[in-house]
This record gives sequence, structure tokens and C-alpha cells, in this order.
Amino acid sequence: MMIDPLSVFLLLLSAATPILFAALGELVAERAGVLNLGVEGMMITGALAGFAAAYATGNPFLGFLVAAIAGAVISMLFALLTQLFLANQVASGLALTLFGLGLAAMFGKPFEGVKAPPMPAGPLRINWIVWLGLIMVPLIWAFLNRSRAGLILRGVGENHEAAHALGYSVRLTRTAAIAFGGAMAGVGGAFISIATVLQWTEGMTAGAGWIALAIVVFSKWTAPGVLAGAWLFGGVTVLQLRLQAAGVAVPVQLLSMAPYLATILVLVIISARQKYSRRAGGGAPGSLGRNFHALR
Amino acid sequence: MHRRTLLATASALAATLAAPAFAQDEPLKIGFIYVGPVGDGGWTYQHDLGRQAIEAEYGDRVETTFIESVPEGADAERALTQLALAGNDLIFATSFGFMDPVMNVAARFPDVKFEHATGYKRSENVATYDARFYEGRAVIGTIAGRMTESDIIGYIGSFPIPEVIQGINSSFIHARKVNPDVEMRVVWAYSWFDPAKEADAAAALLAEGVDVILQHTDSTAPLAQAQAAGAIGFGQASDMAAFKPSPRVASIIDEWSPYYIKRVGAMLDGTWESGASWAGIGDGEVVIGEITDAVPAEVKAEAEALRDAIGAGEYHPFTGPLNKADGSVWLAEGETASDEDLQSMNFYVEGITAQIPQ
Repeated sequence: MMIDPLSVFLLLLSAATPILFAALGELVAERAGVLNLGVEGMMITGALAGFAAAYATGNPFLGFLVAAIAGAVISMLFALLTQLFLANQVASGLALTLFGLGLAAMFGKPFEGVKAPPMPAGPLRINWIVWLGLIMVPLIWAFLNRSRAGLILRGVGENHEAAHALGYSVRLTRTAAIAFGGAMAGVGGAFISIATVLQWTEGMTAGAGWIALAIVVFSKWTAPGVLAGAWLFGGVTVLQLRLQAAGVAVPVQLLSMAPYLATILVLVIISARQKYSRRAGGGAPGSLGRNFHALR
Repeated sequence: MHRRTLLATASALAATLAAPAFAQDEPLKIGFIYVGPVGDGGWTYQHDLGRQAIEAEYGDRVETTFIESVPEGADAERALTQLALAGNDLIFATSFGFMDPVMNVAARFPDVKFEHATGYKRSENVATYDARFYEGRAVIGTIAGRMTESDIIGYIGSFPIPEVIQGINSSFIHARKVNPDVEMRVVWAYSWFDPAKEADAAAALLAEGVDVILQHTDSTAPLAQAQAAGAIGFGQASDMAAFKPSPRVASIIDEWSPYYIKRVGAMLDGTWESGASWAGIGDGEVVIGEITDAVPAEVKAEAEALRDAIGAGEYHPFTGPLNKADGSVWLAEGETASDEDLQSMNFYVEGITAQIPQ
């Protein structure tokens, strides 16, 4: 049985959007040297705050704006812990995820059982936010690789001692990157509640944040790589559902496993190539996950 | 601490520990573990309404607690142990995957009674209960068969287990009864609750030309997708009233309150016994939610008549002649399926061309 590739691609665009946003945000944070495992917590915060705002105002776009702000605000908790108090980034990130999930569950109670306002279709009948996600890919690529600010951010991520010695504020740069990551994760989460499900339910991000984290590694810390990763994960998921819907007899479990198998495969290829690579760390920023203190 | 005081404390402690078994005015402590959040608006939400119904019915005579979002597996065993250690006399475990943890913990706490939803393993202190959801699926299958214009109905399955396969077969049989041209497409989500994946599954079905979606997963995401595509769907487990009058044109509601009230009553008067309960529309455990005006009046009347016939025990949704998908005879003319047959159902009926994942 034939399946129309265009329709699969259109489904893929929408399925990949939440993880694309979250992973792009995390990419910028990690390029600044911050490993924030709180993506899931920021996504769910954005999903709730965005839904609440869209529901209260009847304007889904305002919902996305509020989701971005909420994601950025809650990420400041992580920034406070890791940049000011120099707490461990891994532990702080995990705490942020748990905190976000709990906070959203608590404040979400009044929003259960109500529906988000419908979203007007965007150009080519593709959701506006899907377009925004696609536009963010070249923008972030250009920012990181073609702008002075991006160069500083990468410098801070590669070698914070050197960046500091050159007079750049490591703490400020990283805080800004964390806030951006939070805003992007918030929009990604809100896409699930406002554009896909149209309702708020506890735990609705269902692990998308963790997939986003995996995609950043998969991408070798590049924006086009993040897009490829989001499409691979989204694409295989959509394809296997589509094959099932078409009644094609394929082992479903195998297809469900496919994105993870693909990730392992790509990671193996990346690490195999790494020994020939000029730089030892592969694609990972040199100071990733390490705290910086000017007096040390 | 002096030895004498220590001994006195120890005996006082022993007395305190023994006391609840004899004291009459102590409330009966009842614990619940839920697989999802109480705010899921579906499966767990409905179980929690049942818990609240117990409190409303028995007031101060009972004290209920719950632990939500417990993953199926080792965590479930910990949560159950925690509830047993906290002095709960009766513990409800409300998901199929809690089955083995329940059996393990029940063996260690012989004085605590356990109730496991949708399982099949029982012991002296473990009872099981389930609802005949397939009865409700027959009714919504009838509506689906009448309402489809493309003659293709989609079904989002959670896991390929007998309960879900019963639902697929029941809805298909009754859709075909009113519309011989109906085809059914099945997509397995391998999850009970994953809104994003359910949305993708619904979108995949819609892209196949499906215009009526039935779901065996608990979020409203398929309804949101159906709405955007101009298709219809049904509330699952809970009413999902936010999507009325269309795309949600009716719903199949799990109503656990009658069972919970009955079982807690049995605990209170000391007549609790292990057993297996499998009640349906007739007992008020499977409820068809309001059929909205998006459904033509004659279709609504037809569906309600079927519902009432099933509820009164006049009609069984699995009545022959029925063949299996491979063409072999399953039920002869007028024969009805036995409960054993249903509980181990692992085949599609004739007419469904998909394969069940093994």
C-alpha cells in the first residue's frame, strides 16, 4: 500500500515541533556551557502557563508569549542555583524538572476539563508556531556562527576561564542563555497544550523534554543537527503510526524502537569518527556542565 | 532510658499497634494507587470519583488516601507496601500492570485486603474487578457506523490486550451491522496516556480518510485532532464534555462508584471475600454519556435502544454467527461468547484486515 509522502511530512512537521523548540533552546544553553536537565520541567510549566493564558484571554498567540515568559522565569531558578550559588548543574536541572512538574500539577487543577481557543491555521495550512520553529533554526545557526554575541556565547561555553580573562561576563552570558532555553522549552510545551491537545492535563509533556536533551547530543551541538534529530524522532514516530493506520503489516515494536536505534547508531558513528577528529571533545562545548567562579 | 520505662514503652507501643484491630470507632482505612494523575480527565479521574463516592457514602467511618502517577513496575510494589504499612485495611490498585506487585505485596500482608482492577490473578486477600467496556463499545460502534461518510472508522488502541481487542471487535461488529461497507483501521499507541502521541495517532488515521475515531487511550488529544479535521469521536473513560456537541458526540464512562461502595460496605460489615467482578451497563458501571444533537435523532434512538437491551440482559454484544478474521467459525447462530473466551480474546473478528501485534 502506498502512503503519500507529503502527508507524512506534514504530520512530521507538527509532531517534531515541541521537541524542536525545546532542543533548540537547550542547544543555546549548552553552547554557553550550561547543562540544564530541567527541560521537561520548563516545558510543562510553559504548557500550563500558556494554556491558562490562552484560555483566559481567548488568544492562543498570547498563550505562547506567556508560555515563553513562564519558561524563562522558572529557568531563572536554575540560573540562581547554578550561576550564583554554584550548585551542581545536573542535580539542579533534575530538581527543576521535578519542581516544574509538581508546580504545574498544583496550579493546573482549575484548568482541568476546559478547552483552549482554536488556533487559526497559518500559511499553507501549517500552524504558525510550526513555521516559527522552522525559522528559529537558521536564526539560531546564524546567531551562533555569524554574530559577535554568538561568538562570545560559544567562547564562554568552550573555555570560561579564557572568556573571563578577555573581560566577558560568564555569569551574565550563561544566565541569558538559560533564560532563552527556558523560553523555547516553554513554547515547545505550550504547543502540546494549545495547538495539539487543546486541553491541560497533568504530565502531558510525557517525556518530550528528555528526547529534546538526547537530540542536542545527537545534533553534535548544531542547529541544523537539532532539526535533523527532531525530524528523525518525529518522523519515525509518525511513519510508524501512519503505516499502522494504512494497515501495512510491519512489526510495530520494531518501528517504535527505530528512533532510539537510530540515535544509538548515530552516536556510535560520531564516537568512531571522533578519534580522527582534531578536537578531542567532539562536538561538545569544552566547559559544558562545569561551574565557573572568577576567584577560583 | 531505664529498662523499666523501656519495657513499659514497648508494651504500650505493642498495645497501640494491636489496638486498631479491635477498636470499633477507628475509621476503616482505604488506600488507592493510581497509574496516572487524578487530573487526567479519564481513567484515573474516574477511579478518584469512585474514591470520593466512598467518602460521601460512609463519611467518618472511612478514611481514604491515594498515591497518584505510580509507574507500573517496581515503584508500584513500593507504593503498595507503603500503603499497607500505613495501616490501610483495603487497598485498590487501579491498573492492569499493578497485577504482579499486588500479588507480591498481598502475600506479605495477609491481613490487608487488596482489590486489583482489570487483572486476573486472585488469592484469599486479592479480589479483581473490571467493567464490561465492550458493552459500551457496541453502542458507540453503532453510532460510528451510522455517522461515517467515508465508511472508514479509526481506532486508537493502547496495548494489544484482551480488553482492548474486545473493544475493537465489539465496535466493529456493531458498526458493520448498521453499515455493511464499514472498514476499520487500528493504530496502537503503546500507552494509556500520552497526549502528543495520541494526537499523532489520530492525525495518522485522519490522513487515511477516517472520519470517525474511537479511542482506547485516555486523553482528549484525538478529539482535538478530530475537531480540526471535521471528524467525530467519543469521550473515553470520562465524559470529555469540553468537546461537546461535536466532535465528541457521545462517550463511554467508567463508573466505579457502585462497586467501590459495595466493597467498602462488605469490609465494614465483615463480609468481604475475594472474587472476580465484571459488571457492565446493567449494573451502572459502564455508562453511555449524553448523545449530542450532532447525531440524528433516529441514530440516537437506535443507540439508546441497544444500550437498554444490553443493560436489561436481552442482548449480548458477542452473539453469533461470528467468524474470526482468518475465516474460521467462532460463534454459531445465536450462540454468545463465554466470559473465558472474552477474557483471553486475541483475535479480530472477520472483516478487520489488520494484524494484532504479537
